[in-house]
Amino acid sequence: MEIGLGHYLTVAAILFTLGVFGIFLNRKNVIIILMSIEMMLLAVNLNLIAFSVYLHDLVGQVFSMIILTVAAAEAAIGLAILVVYFRNRGSIRVEDINMMRG
Amino acid sequence: MIVQVLAFYLFSAILVASGVMVISARNPVHSVLYLILAFFQAAGLCVLMGAEFLAMILVIVYVGAVAVLFLFVVMMLDINFRELRQGAMQYMPFGALLGLVLLAELAVVLGAWVVAPAANQALGAPTPAIEQIDNTRAIGQLIYTHYAYLFQASGIILLIAMMGAIVLTLRSRVGVRKQNISAQLARTREETMAIRKVPTGEGV
Repeated sequence: MEIGLGHYLTVAAILFTLGVFGIFLNRKNVIIILMSIEMMLLAVNLNLIAFSVYLHDLVGQVFSMIILTVAAAEAAIGLAILVVYFRNRGSIRVEDINMMRG
Repeated sequence: MIVQVLAFYLFSAILVASGVMVISARNPVHSVLYLILAFFQAAGLCVLMGAEFLAMILVIVYVGAVAVLFLFVVMMLDINFRELRQGAMQYMPFGALLGLVLLAELAVVLGAWVVAPAANQALGAPTPAIEQIDNTRAIGQLIYTHYAYLFQASGIILLIAMMGAIVLTLRSRVGVRKQNISAQLARTREETMAIRKVPTGEGV
């Protein structure tokens, strides 16, 4: 039995679906939603690395690094916004985040 | 070969299980810890694929920076998480339906998918043989030459993210007694000192 590209893609697909499912399951908790987004980005990274190894092309791994950078920046900014929001409102319920609606 | 198969199934089973626990754990601290476990398993999968540098970067960036940041924020905010979990089952059927649809679509894509025969001729940067040059060195030679601008741009993205996070969370509190160096240095002798002639035996 050989572990090929399909196996890795399957794992990544399951992980991505879990991330999407987590967003719907924890609709009130922004922190879990951010974690689900991180999980989806991890799944995309796994896909890119799997294709990069399968096709013998290093560019996929370079792209994966860029995605890693963006994921780190997104987590930092998202959590900073979360902290500021909690400081102002005293809650992080997603339903309460409607200030921009006017 | 059997070791590789066993390692793959071990890593991916723990990865999927910890992914399930991330979205279903009652305590967000446990969620973050399961997320760290998931990142470690993903790094193991990367090692298995032969992308060692990405595996180490995954551990350093995701576990060392992102997950610790999540842990810090979860512990810093004083939130009643039990209240946040109420009504979670309300969205369960819709989320499950959506997840199943997405999984089915991905399965269809994976099932009917073939690599184009010409793909081997259209590589952006062919991986050098592992006997000649290892993974880390090959990636380094690529990102410092062909992808130098992309590399610099990702650095700028990180810088801007750092500045944004600092600007967002920095606040100037009122009523804090801090040292004001310019005010201290701007004092003159005339406005701070007065010489009084004190008569003997009387006081000021």
